[in-house]
Amino acid sequence: MSSFLPMGPKIAVLTPEIIVFGGSVLVSIIGLSRSKTLRKSVPLLAACTLLASLVALALGYSTEAAEQAGVLMPHFNKIIKAIILVVGIGLVAISVGHIDRRMEDAVARGATTFDPMRVVRGEFYAFMLLSICGAMLIPGSPDLIWLFLALELTSLPTYIMVAMSRGTRRAQEAAVKYFFLGAMSTAIFLYGFALIYGSTGSLQLTTIREVFADQTGRGGIDTLGTTGLILCILGFCYKLAAAPMHFYAPDVYEGASNPVTGFLSFIPKIAGFAALALLLSTVGWSGHAGLSETGTVISGLPAPILATLWMICALTMTLGNIGALLQKSVKRMLAYSSISHSGYMVLAIIAGPGLGFEALLFYLISYGVTNLAIFGALSGLQKRGEDVESFEELSGIGRRYPGLAAWLAIGSGSLMGMPPLLGFWAKLMLFMAGIQAGHTPLVIIAAINSAVSVWYYLRLIGVPTLSPPGTSSDGVIKGPSSWPRFAGAVAAVVVILLPLFASRILGNSADFTPVRPASSAKPVPTTTQETPREENAQLALHCSPTRL
Amino acid sequence: MIQYILLLLPLISALVIVLSSQRAAKWIALIGSTAALIAAAIFAVQFPHWTTGGFWPDLNTAPILGNFGVDLQIGVDSVSLLLVLLTVFLTPLAIAGSFSAITMRMREYYAWFMILEASMLLAFMSRDMIFFYVGYEFTLIPMFFLISIWGGPMRGPAAIKFFIFTFLGSVFTLASVIFVAVRHFDSTGTWTFAIADLVKFSSTQLSDKEQFWVFVGLMSGFAIKTPFFPTHAWLPLAHDQAPTGGSVILAGVLLKLGTYGVFRFALPMAPIGAVECTTFFAILGIIAILYMGLVCWVQTDIKKLIAYSSVSHMGFVVLGLFALNPIGLQGAVMYMVNHGLSTGALFLCIGMMYERYHTKDMEQLGGLVSKMPVWSFFMIIFTLSSVGLPGLNGFVGEFLSLMGAFVAEHDQPSGYPGVLHPWYAVVAALGLILGAMYLLIMLGKIVWGNLREPHGDAHTEHAASELPTDLNFREIAILVPIALACLAIGLYPKPLLNAVEPCVKEVLVNYPAAINAYNARRGLVNPSTPVKSAEATK
Repeated sequence: MSSFLPMGPKIAVLTPEIIVFGGSVLVSIIGLSRSKTLRKSVPLLAACTLLASLVALALGYSTEAAEQAGVLMPHFNKIIKAIILVVGIGLVAISVGHIDRRMEDAVARGATTFDPMRVVRGEFYAFMLLSICGAMLIPGSPDLIWLFLALELTSLPTYIMVAMSRGTRRAQEAAVKYFFLGAMSTAIFLYGFALIYGSTGSLQLTTIREVFADQTGRGGIDTLGTTGLILCILGFCYKLAAAPMHFYAPDVYEGASNPVTGFLSFIPKIAGFAALALLLSTVGWSGHAGLSETGTVISGLPAPILATLWMICALTMTLGNIGALLQKSVKRMLAYSSISHSGYMVLAIIAGPGLGFEALLFYLISYGVTNLAIFGALSGLQKRGEDVESFEELSGIGRRYPGLAAWLAIGSGSLMGMPPLLGFWAKLMLFMAGIQAGHTPLVIIAAINSAVSVWYYLRLIGVPTLSPPGTSSDGVIKGPSSWPRFAGAVAAVVVILLPLFASRILGNSADFTPVRPASSAKPVPTTTQETPREENAQLALHCSPTRL
Repeated sequence: MIQYILLLLPLISALVIVLSSQRAAKWIALIGSTAALIAAAIFAVQFPHWTTGGFWPDLNTAPILGNFGVDLQIGVDSVSLLLVLLTVFLTPLAIAGSFSAITMRMREYYAWFMILEASMLLAFMSRDMIFFYVGYEFTLIPMFFLISIWGGPMRGPAAIKFFIFTFLGSVFTLASVIFVAVRHFDSTGTWTFAIADLVKFSSTQLSDKEQFWVFVGLMSGFAIKTPFFPTHAWLPLAHDQAPTGGSVILAGVLLKLGTYGVFRFALPMAPIGAVECTTFFAILGIIAILYMGLVCWVQTDIKKLIAYSSVSHMGFVVLGLFALNPIGLQGAVMYMVNHGLSTGALFLCIGMMYERYHTKDMEQLGGLVSKMPVWSFFMIIFTLSSVGLPGLNGFVGEFLSLMGAFVAEHDQPSGYPGVLHPWYAVVAALGLILGAMYLLIMLGKIVWGNLREPHGDAHTEHAASELPTDLNFREIAILVPIALACLAIGLYPKPLLNAVEPCVKEVLVNYPAAINAYNARRGLVNPSTPVKSAEATK
């Protein structure tokens, strides 16, 4: 087994990332220009970079080439990248005009003199692109070193983004907290990688998969490997903001400015899920296609890992929800809600390839778009150059800005799982996947949690539209740029309309070929189960969107 | 085609209302909802299965999550169609009833109202589980806004309580539906959420234990929506605080979504599970009838009284449903329609009175017959219909529900055994006396007796508003159609009963066997079908 993969196809597969990386270099250079117009064009350039990368992905990506380049899950890889790019464009849009707002406001109030060199800070977008680039590299990682570097590339720029997003001490504090805890989580999963290497003797994911499959056939993965995997899962939990590594989220989300919070609650999360799916796909995951002797569906994950994920899932959903119930700040509430949504998505990971992964991808799309709607609306508002972040400040703003209140309401409705919005279909898929994989108790826990979550999402619907305007909401005005509001509007429309095209999106990611234990005496009766799914996937391709 | 027009008409009018002016909103809403009424009437005339059972139109699917079997299938049988007609009948009346009461944010009010109508219609007309759920659940949003913007002084807590209670239950309903769909996929290899397929699969292929849990899951949503006895806490506050139009729709139609769910999903999908729980739910129904009757007795707020009486009346529906024989189910369906008419009308009457006196307190009002004879006339009719006076509509459903419970014994020669006992009906019938008592006491206090009007807020002072002392033409025009409908159903219910009968038998198709098996386990053998029950016990 050669550890050197051919360079040509690898570069072909990486074109989108190369474009994003080139874009980030370009953006950071233009961000230093003396001309303000040029510097003002930086967000546009960043968005165009992402768009170009998306086009390259759509036109140039071939599954065969990816497979040749050592990508474990070529379809999954493509879809994750596409989601990151599309949501990334929205995230760039909601941060337009934000970084400079405080400065502009200070100049307007006469608190400071105008300094042209500090007005538009292009490097912010460069860091954003770098982080996006890192996230895109994750699902296609052929080996652990790559995976590690990609995860770090995702995280490191976000620490700086948090620090530079606001001038307040809280932002500095949040950045330091985020950095130290991030470093700790990196140490944890790096240790996990080391143990996995110790157990399998390889860093190549394909080799690791074979060795693990072999071990499974001989009575289970050894202690070293299991410990390594569990440490990796715990380390990734930090990226997901999942229990037990979720404690940083409320403080960091609150400290960062609104668009950065939007970024943090999506890009590291999708990066973490991609890494988790990739790593777990090495564990001889026969998925829900396997049937046990008694006919019940089994997940192919080894028992200790399944138990770990099970606990993470249940704890994350519940702790996130309980935390969100108690919050007064919108951003802390959204942070806890983001934690609980990670919990729901871990359920999809437990459900495994096939339906589970489709549910995961759909949930990520839904969560990303919904997040954009909410953070777009929040970023479109300001109060004396500062972020709007408490419920009191939002009170009654629907009277003045009905659109923004509507985006907030649509976004929270979707997070709540209110039909017919996008979040409902995502939850539906998730529950289907969970029940099919035989994890009905977890689905029931998720159901209870999503019922509880109604309470705090209702506040986000009710406070802007129904409460009377108060003293703290008086000074709240629209932000300087209309791009965040526009991005929020587009996202809200997508939340309403995307369900109609759901059949186009789903059913394309069932590319996972499960690896079975080599010495398994009885082949698991998969044929009866696989055929209809393939038919369904084919059907999906020909399925037209709804006609009324 | 007409079914899609019917569904889209309210949505289109909502859109037009949003784009129009505040003054025009109410007229557009009235026109839109009347157009929906006409469309539904055409639909009802075209409907070919009034007496034969079965769904129409047959094959119309628009795939949404096509690869997972979620298709927008629209079709009704006669029970669904009756509830559709109830919805489109009450909506224009509730809209007309809001004309003078709603004076602020009118565009939003009427737009939400039309969206509410659309989602109720979707719930009643969908033949796909998921779209039923979409309609069923989405009713919460417009109702939440209707209560929390235009409601009474406690509107905030009322709206939130309403929303959270109902959402909490229906999540489990959804989980049960998904469970059945997943099991269907596991055993057949195709995804579907079509109601007919899932009902057939679930009632015949699931094990006893699975059916039990499916039934419990489904009921946890429907029981809160209906509401059954211990889960009714959201209802009095929501009804009391909602604006008149909202109360009418809430009591008239939204509560029926719960019992419709029991009728269409819970009972047919899990016969074995349902039989296990029958005694429990029947007792809950009786407790609701009696306990809520007593609670009504001590109310001083008229609107709260009617709200609690709804819970009590829904107890009869529950009892009728769990009689598990055609008589009881027919009674339950009739009661659903009739309760919608009479309680909706009562809320309208109270709203009209409230607009004049600005109080709902019985202690402050009295002898209104001398000031408002026309209003009193309608109030008396609808109260008597609610009491269940023979000759008016309320009697039909009440009588049949009780009769159904009375004959729901293990040894029925009719071929439809039950698991209850005549005593259930006897005890529940006490509710009739209680009902007559609290409703007639209310009538006696506010309609008859010495004239009493609230101090400082007398009729005359507020007459500056455009409302006359007694009802005006618009208000009479709202109440007359309901009164006629009440009278017509009360005098000649046969066509409706005939229409409901085949659907009811369809629901009960698996029940005799399941009940005989259950009774045999309890040591009660049905003499009329000894062979069947012996088979079932194996």
